[in-house]
Amino acid sequence: MAVVVIQDKCISCGACVAVCPFGAIVMQDNDKAFITEACTACGACIETCPVSTIVREEEEKTVAMDKKEYKGVWVFIEQAEGHIRGVSHELLGEGRKLAEAMGQELAGVLIGNQVEPLTKDVFASGADKIYLVEGPEYNHYSTDGFATALADLIKTYKPSVILMGATNDGRDLGPRVACRIGTGLTADCTNLDIDGDTGLVAWTRPAFGGNIMATILCPEHRPQMGTIRPKVFKRPVQDFSRTGEIVRVTSKVKPEDIRTKFIELLQVSAASCNLEEAEVIVSGGRGMCKLENFKLIEELAEVLGGTVGASRAAVDAGWKPALHQVGQTGKTVGPKIYVACGISGAIQHIAGMSSSDIIIAINKDADAPIFKVADYGIVGDVMEVLPVMIEEMKKIRQA
Amino acid sequence: MDILVCVKQVPDTTEVKIDPQTNTLIRQGVPSIVNPFDKNAVEAALQLKEKQGGKVVVISMGPPQAKDALKECLAMGADEAYLISDRAFGGADTLATSYTLAAGIRKLGKFDMILCGKQAIDGDTAQVGPEIAEYLDIPQVTYVAKVEINEGVVRVEREHEEGYEIIETTLPVLLTVVKSINEPRFPTVKGTMKANRKEIPVITVTDVEVDPERLGLKGSPTQVRRIFTPPQRTQGEIIQADSARESVAILIQKLSEAKII
Amino acid sequence: MFFQLTEEQKMMQKMVREFAEKEVAPGVAERDEQSLFDRSLADAMGEMGLNGICFPEKYGGADSDYLSYILAIEELSKVDDGVGITLSATVSLCAGPIYAYGTEEQKEKYLRPILEGTHMGAFGLTEANAGTDAASQQTVAVADGDHYIINGSKIFITNAGEAETYIVFAMTDKSKGVKGISAFILEKGMPGFTFGKKEHKLGIHSSITMELVFQDVKVPKANLLGKEGEGFKIAMNTLDGGRIGVAAQALGIAQAALDHAVKYSKERVQFGKPIANNQAIAFMLADMGTKVEAARLLVYKAAWNKDQGLSYSKEAAMAKLYASDIAMEVTTDAVQIFGGYGYTCEYPVERLMRNAKITQIYEGTNQVQRMVISGALLR
Repeated sequence: MAVVVIQDKCISCGACVAVCPFGAIVMQDNDKAFITEACTACGACIETCPVSTIVREEEEKTVAMDKKEYKGVWVFIEQAEGHIRGVSHELLGEGRKLAEAMGQELAGVLIGNQVEPLTKDVFASGADKIYLVEGPEYNHYSTDGFATALADLIKTYKPSVILMGATNDGRDLGPRVACRIGTGLTADCTNLDIDGDTGLVAWTRPAFGGNIMATILCPEHRPQMGTIRPKVFKRPVQDFSRTGEIVRVTSKVKPEDIRTKFIELLQVSAASCNLEEAEVIVSGGRGMCKLENFKLIEELAEVLGGTVGASRAAVDAGWKPALHQVGQTGKTVGPKIYVACGISGAIQHIAGMSSSDIIIAINKDADAPIFKVADYGIVGDVMEVLPVMIEEMKKIRQA
Repeated sequence: MDILVCVKQVPDTTEVKIDPQTNTLIRQGVPSIVNPFDKNAVEAALQLKEKQGGKVVVISMGPPQAKDALKECLAMGADEAYLISDRAFGGADTLATSYTLAAGIRKLGKFDMILCGKQAIDGDTAQVGPEIAEYLDIPQVTYVAKVEINEGVVRVEREHEEGYEIIETTLPVLLTVVKSINEPRFPTVKGTMKANRKEIPVITVTDVEVDPERLGLKGSPTQVRRIFTPPQRTQGEIIQADSARESVAILIQKLSEAKII
Repeated sequence: MFFQLTEEQKMMQKMVREFAEKEVAPGVAERDEQSLFDRSLADAMGEMGLNGICFPEKYGGADSDYLSYILAIEELSKVDDGVGITLSATVSLCAGPIYAYGTEEQKEKYLRPILEGTHMGAFGLTEANAGTDAASQQTVAVADGDHYIINGSKIFITNAGEAETYIVFAMTDKSKGVKGISAFILEKGMPGFTFGKKEHKLGIHSSITMELVFQDVKVPKANLLGKEGEGFKIAMNTLDGGRIGVAAQALGIAQAALDHAVKYSKERVQFGKPIANNQAIAFMLADMGTKVEAARLLVYKAAWNKDQGLSYSKEAAMAKLYASDIAMEVTTDAVQIFGGYGYTCEYPVERLMRNAKITQIYEGTNQVQRMVISGALLR
């Protein structure tokens, strides 16, 4: 086992057992702690042990690739219907910082059908270079098509780091490619850094339903890959005078290689449910009490020019379709303003909206956990507060 | 059709709390459950089996106590359950986990469909499903909210930012499913009793064809640098006036002062 | 002595606990407030197979043990004991006697649908003038050709109106006294068989309690359960078994009250510290906890005796007596620990206290239980 308890030094205090998030430590019959195979080597116990008797056994890792050959920070540019998703711009901004810190160049990877016009936008956000793969087979995202193209680019051009948006497609593509290449991928990151000791990218991400944060490294494998949450980083100021090199790569994908077929897109709500790109979100929870009351949420969202979100309780109750759910297992959002109505503030929900700039909460329970994270909170009945808010906001909008 | 479902036993992270004094996770007393999305996957498999015939096999990679999770799946109606477990597999990140699971799946035979939950509520990575599909070289569709099979054509609704994508593909395929796909059934008394009596074979490292360099910690390209509790947002201003009207007026005033509106 | 549940019993317990927490818990306050009986819960329990836990597969049961069934009642009662008693009345008081005394035809016709989960059952013994004095039945059944004609009424019948099947006791031969009472199987919908008023009770609002009214109800001779004159024996034996179910209901209530009180006392801060830090509160909790544990041992032992084929009448009476008495004590103490909040309907302990009371009364008042126990001791 990579993390072990030095048996004869263990004082049987049980502190490690209590702190292990994965329940991987057991007290044996001889009263000594023992780490089972459920261990993920997270190290929480190492820090907790009062007598420092838990250690990491250093394992010789198989060196899979010559790291020196891998250079450059790439950003996968996600596009649909002729425009680039916001998160790709955000990653170009952040990618620029990483590239400077590493002294390497920043490139965008653009795969699509007739997408060359978009390259201007990508350069404007800071890319030095763009790898462009075009063809009708990329008209719509497909795992097979895009994975083959991206994997092929990686094998040829050997980037050191790849950043992708943690969108549905991003989280579909990322692991497939990471596995094909045999490298490490860190999903759903909320922070990126360069690790001082090693010069590696330090990927920070939530786990355990948002209860803990983990910082991950990919020491020996390349490229270091990660998917990053939309709205975590700021969109860079674009400079349309910038240009750069476009590397046109021929597609090696044949239509028969693509084993899934996109038929059509079903729009489910009359209202938009693209929460990830929203600037204002008004969300309702169990405190709304019934379906009819959600009309108030929708009205306020409309007045503020925002999108409607829902807590898991509201979705489970059938008041809003699942696509509107905000939370660790729903959508993670980072709007300018998030209004939480009748939402108690369970950790899983907060994990999904804590990157909002301003949180406003309305709840009749003064002790509701949501007030601990809200910038402004009104203790009151949503059924009384919301109509007044809608009225007042309408007045302001007209003024 | 033969369907395989990958399940994981996880702590119930909705019950996990942080110790306010030490800022560490309080794991004690948190029950272990079947990962909720995996239950959706098992339910989806059972529904497909009810329509198409065949069998549902569940597999889990974990320590011996993961057998409890497998028993729950058997109690729901799965036909067979296997645990893949060995000290050699421990410390694995998602790549090593998928590699191990794929090896176990190959050992069990050929399946028409593999179902996974969209993510585990402890790791939250959502990577193992697609990586297993890559190792087995089968197509994948993620975030599936509805699945139908008609004469060999698999038609799914895939959750997307703006709505649902309709995608068609053929068997074999791996699907990862979201919560809205179904409501997992409760096990029945008879199912629970049968499950309790059923043997769950354990697949160990000697039972599968694997390269030891790709297992466990050795085979994990990523490693954890550190774990910490997330920085808490600090509490802002609480407004509790005598009437809703007053409260809203105060809020709007504060928002204007802060130039938010 | 082996004080551990088997793996199977633990799995059963876990299964019912999850069902209770997921399906029964959400509506418990609403059902209590509005006196709502939710048939869909009874149906869900039936679908899961809870009705048939301890009956043979031959009739649609699961062939498991009585203790597993008791565990199920306890788990349900922790969350909503009205739902617990709904199950208990169907299984112990209706399916039980049909299984023990019925003919094969009766079992096929009446027992199977209950065990398969589609039917509910009820037990009609109590009358306006026949409570503890159960033998002074005034409902009569007069033989008439290949039928009996039944006239009379029953009160305080759990599951009345919803159940499809009723075990009804009536006097077939007044001259024989106790040995003149017979048991019959009645179906909802038989002409002349109607339901009277729905009772408004102190507690168990989620359980339905109504009168049964019989006006010249023609019941086929084939529906006589057991032999003529065996009725009282059937009733007493049935209640013996049902007793452990009520004990489990009381145990569930007491455990829930204890859990709520422990949690609250850790959270409620007065004078700068949680009230649990005060010995007065801590000692109350200690006493409550000890009582609940003692009750649990009595209840499980009585069920275990039944499973082992040992005599269990005295043990069942002790379990019912003790569990119900401590349930009343523990819930009252829980309300006390919650203070003012405990008296309001915002918190569940007042409901637990109201619900606990009936467990000291029905299926044999605790005075009757003492008669049974002292009778056994003084034999």
